[in-house]
Amino acid sequence: MRREGSPWHGLGTVLLKELADHFDSARMLLLALLMVLAAAVPFYSAVEQLRTTTSEDPFLLLKLFNPGGQTLSVVAILGFVIPVVAIGLGFDAVNGEHNRRTLSRILAQPIYRDALLAGKFLAAIVVLAVNLTCLWLLVVGFGVFFLGVPPSGDEFTRSLVFLFISIAYAGAWLGMAMLFSVLFRSPATAALLALGVWLFMTLLWPMISPFIAVLMSPPDIRYQLLGIFDPQTAAWQQALSRISPYLLFEEATRTILTPTTPSLGPLLDQIRQLRGEVVGAALPLRESLAIAWPQAVGLVAGAIVLFVATYVAFQRQEVRA
Amino acid sequence: MSEPVITARGLTKRYGEAVVVDALDFDILKGETFGLLGPNGAGKTTTILMMLGLTEVSAGTVMVAGHDPVRRPLEVKRRVGYLPDSVGFYDHMTAVENLTYTARLMGHGRDVRKARIADALARVRLSDVAHKTVGTFSRGMRQRLGLAELIMKHAEIAILDEPTSGLDPQSTHEFLDMIGELKREGVTILITSHLLDQVQRLCDRVALFRDGKILVIGTVGELARQVLGAGFVVDVEAAAAPGKELAARLGAIAGVLNVQQTAEQTYRLTADHDVRAEAARAVVAADGALTRLSVDNPSLDAIYTQFFQKQAATEGEIRNAA
Repeated sequence: MRREGSPWHGLGTVLLKELADHFDSARMLLLALLMVLAAAVPFYSAVEQLRTTTSEDPFLLLKLFNPGGQTLSVVAILGFVIPVVAIGLGFDAVNGEHNRRTLSRILAQPIYRDALLAGKFLAAIVVLAVNLTCLWLLVVGFGVFFLGVPPSGDEFTRSLVFLFISIAYAGAWLGMAMLFSVLFRSPATAALLALGVWLFMTLLWPMISPFIAVLMSPPDIRYQLLGIFDPQTAAWQQALSRISPYLLFEEATRTILTPTTPSLGPLLDQIRQLRGEVVGAALPLRESLAIAWPQAVGLVAGAIVLFVATYVAFQRQEVRA
Repeated sequence: MSEPVITARGLTKRYGEAVVVDALDFDILKGETFGLLGPNGAGKTTTILMMLGLTEVSAGTVMVAGHDPVRRPLEVKRRVGYLPDSVGFYDHMTAVENLTYTARLMGHGRDVRKARIADALARVRLSDVAHKTVGTFSRGMRQRLGLAELIMKHAEIAILDEPTSGLDPQSTHEFLDMIGELKREGVTILITSHLLDQVQRLCDRVALFRDGKILVIGTVGELARQVLGAGFVVDVEAAAAPGKELAARLGAIAGVLNVQQTAEQTYRLTADHDVRAEAARAVVAADGALTRLSVDNPSLDAIYTQFFQKQAATEGEIRNAA
């Protein structure tokens, strides 16, 4: 049976109210502070390191985000902190309304559930985007201030692409946090579980996935004797690692932010060497984008799939407390 | 009292095998105050949620204010105000902000919002705390704020789910007065409660509800006749003149079903209507001295207890027979 009336009726109202709530809340302030402070340390060390090499480096701005080598980078820290912020904004979105007993009252107003859920999701995405954009502006602004070199157009575009990828990454984690907020009635359970998934995906999965890859496709002895990767095993490893949004984010940002050393994983490096290309030469922006495209789309798709799952679960849920 | 505004036909809700609401048929008329009474878990809240389109209907139909909540929930929710059992508000927002949010969801413009919210808060006597955060409100104040929301919405139908549970007697009294005001304005009210004496005071008709079925439906007087057999208990305290048999004379009054002599000079009459006038005449005719004459209105409490006891008893018999 078809229902009548627009599912978006009331969306704007919910969005504005949720935005006001976020910006007023102490939680938001803490999460923003956490992000800025976490980024400040690697940013500072990157600046210190770059001051000595300012004249030689063509990609100064990008180096601020990701200096390469062993140094802790702003990007690595963000890859770690963004999920925490996203989970912090989403883990009690729906079960919080249940527990405050506001859900049945709000849904008795002339709106569909669609508007409530979409409004909450969009508000959190906007808040995350605002935060990330501020952070990005801080890094770019202070970078120019400390190093005294304006970024080139190419660098600027690359860093903007990086910003979009971070927002998509935040969206994926937000989607997961909101899904848990629908599935579990207790916000504490939802938060713990979301943080558990986050730890697993960012810390454990990168360690476990190579082993699973070897199990799935044991490397051929001939490749081992030659001391190179079995392409089959490498393919498995890459496919497995891409389950983790953290590794997707890492791969995409690395490609975008380090045009000079686009190590694309053992498989692609080998292919490029076979084709006679020099690994380490700067790639044009278009090619970097082409390489990072699947990962970026993967993150956006992940966010959408999780939102749809949340939506379906929420539509089927009973309203009564 | 005219056309029905809520019509249920075979309304059913199942969760898997369990039937929570079982083929309900009832009409609630415009301007009427209707009480839905029954023990916890009888399916009252589920019935309400189906009327609002907040939970799926398994079978049957329900029409609310001329619309089908399954197909046009927005139209229904625009006309119906719902005060859930222990209503919640956003604690960090003020009373006015909470109502403003609802008014925005209703789609009211700024001027309408301001005027209606001020008016509604005045009606429930919350104007003094309009700009205090709801976190500081007592349970009674929250409940009144919930009522203010219905007033602000200009709801044609008000659905109140256990509105007075957990309130102290003073707040309960005030709250019931406010519901009475709504009723005088012609709002159709559906109220569920287990506080029977309150419902009795407010409701035009009541339905006894159990295990997802409406067992009896009607005015309190009708229910009394159906369930208790007779609705009125008249106590007579009179000294009879020597040699005149008072009990027999009282028993002869039309409509009196039973006379019980509870003490030397007191008699208890059970009747199908108020027989105080006839009883007084009978005492005077017998040259007796009437000292006290009182009537107990049929109490919903008694009906309810009696009814569910009877039910339990018959079920017990069936079980024993089997």
